[in-house]
Amino acid sequence: MARTDVQLMLDVKAGDDQSFALLLHRYRTPLVNFLYRMVRNREQAEDLAQEVFIRVYRAREDYVPSAKFTTWLFRIATNLALNSVRDNRHRSMEISLDAPVNADAEDGDERPMEVAEKRPNIEENLVEKERSKVIRHAINKLPEKQRAAVLLHKYQELDYKEIARILECSESALKSLLFRAYETLRVELAPLVAQQAKS
Amino acid sequence: MSCVESRILSYLDGRLKEAEQREMEKHLGECSACSLRVKEFRAVGALLEELPQIAPSEGFDARVRARVAAEPVKQNWWAWLAPRPRVAFAALMLLAASLWVGWYSTERVNVANPGSEMPAVSSTDLPVLENYDVLANFEPLTELPQPVQAEAGTQPPQTM
Repeated sequence: MARTDVQLMLDVKAGDDQSFALLLHRYRTPLVNFLYRMVRNREQAEDLAQEVFIRVYRAREDYVPSAKFTTWLFRIATNLALNSVRDNRHRSMEISLDAPVNADAEDGDERPMEVAEKRPNIEENLVEKERSKVIRHAINKLPEKQRAAVLLHKYQELDYKEIARILECSESALKSLLFRAYETLRVELAPLVAQQAKS
Repeated sequence: MSCVESRILSYLDGRLKEAEQREMEKHLGECSACSLRVKEFRAVGALLEELPQIAPSEGFDARVRARVAAEPVKQNWWAWLAPRPRVAFAALMLLAASLWVGWYSTERVNVANPGSEMPAVSSTDLPVLENYDVLANFEPLTELPQPVQAEAGTQPPQTM
């Protein structure tokens, strides 16, 4: 039977580095994806993910399983991502006050993890790429805290209580945050939403 | 955000209680605006799922492991003695010897003066103690000439 995250972390605390390798293996992909969607830069996302794991390792001796491991892990990741987004914004403001999000540049950055079973033709591929670009752009336009809430809710499938603890807000404030985020996405993605809702 | 709106996401996530779920479904059957909103939110969710996942680069694990290996090893206060058992043993023996010497000298004093409390001796008393035998011997005093007897007529004058 697979050991739980808490058991693994307690083993790391006891000096078992092999358990840390298991945690790394378990969470590297979700963390890199979450951070990539937050900071929009692959290299930076990987650097931040490394930093998250290092912080977990450094805190091993003081680890107390008072909350779910994922809550702790994504809390570190969210704080690092929010700080990074703010730093980037300040930096880009120094260069240009109204620099647009370069969605095209992000396309080359993204490598799908799984190869599709059926190979779509070039036209289908282009349409799919265009859809992904529009969706990604809509997510990127969300204010960072709303973006973090949507990413944790949709991709990490964490429950409201966990997300609220990660974002350091009440559960009702989180629901309101999520509702506003989904409302914005509904409006931003209106043509695709209408198409999707019909099917 | 209205009361029903606040429940749309929980409804879509299947996180409403049974009674709330029934109430919501009843409302959706009557309210076309809320029903449309639910459909649209569901569509947004489906669109978000279309985004492909990225895989961490090949060297990711190796970089994390290298950083973990470079972390300074935290040791407790006594840990530095562990790889030096001879030093630890010598230190222990020295400590034991010091304790024994301290205990033994206290015992000797107690045996020399049984039942008596040791008077407090200050450092200024030490030369006196060193010459105690000489000072306690009054025999040489007997060899001194006898004092001259006072004559009867030379009584000291009486005071008035």
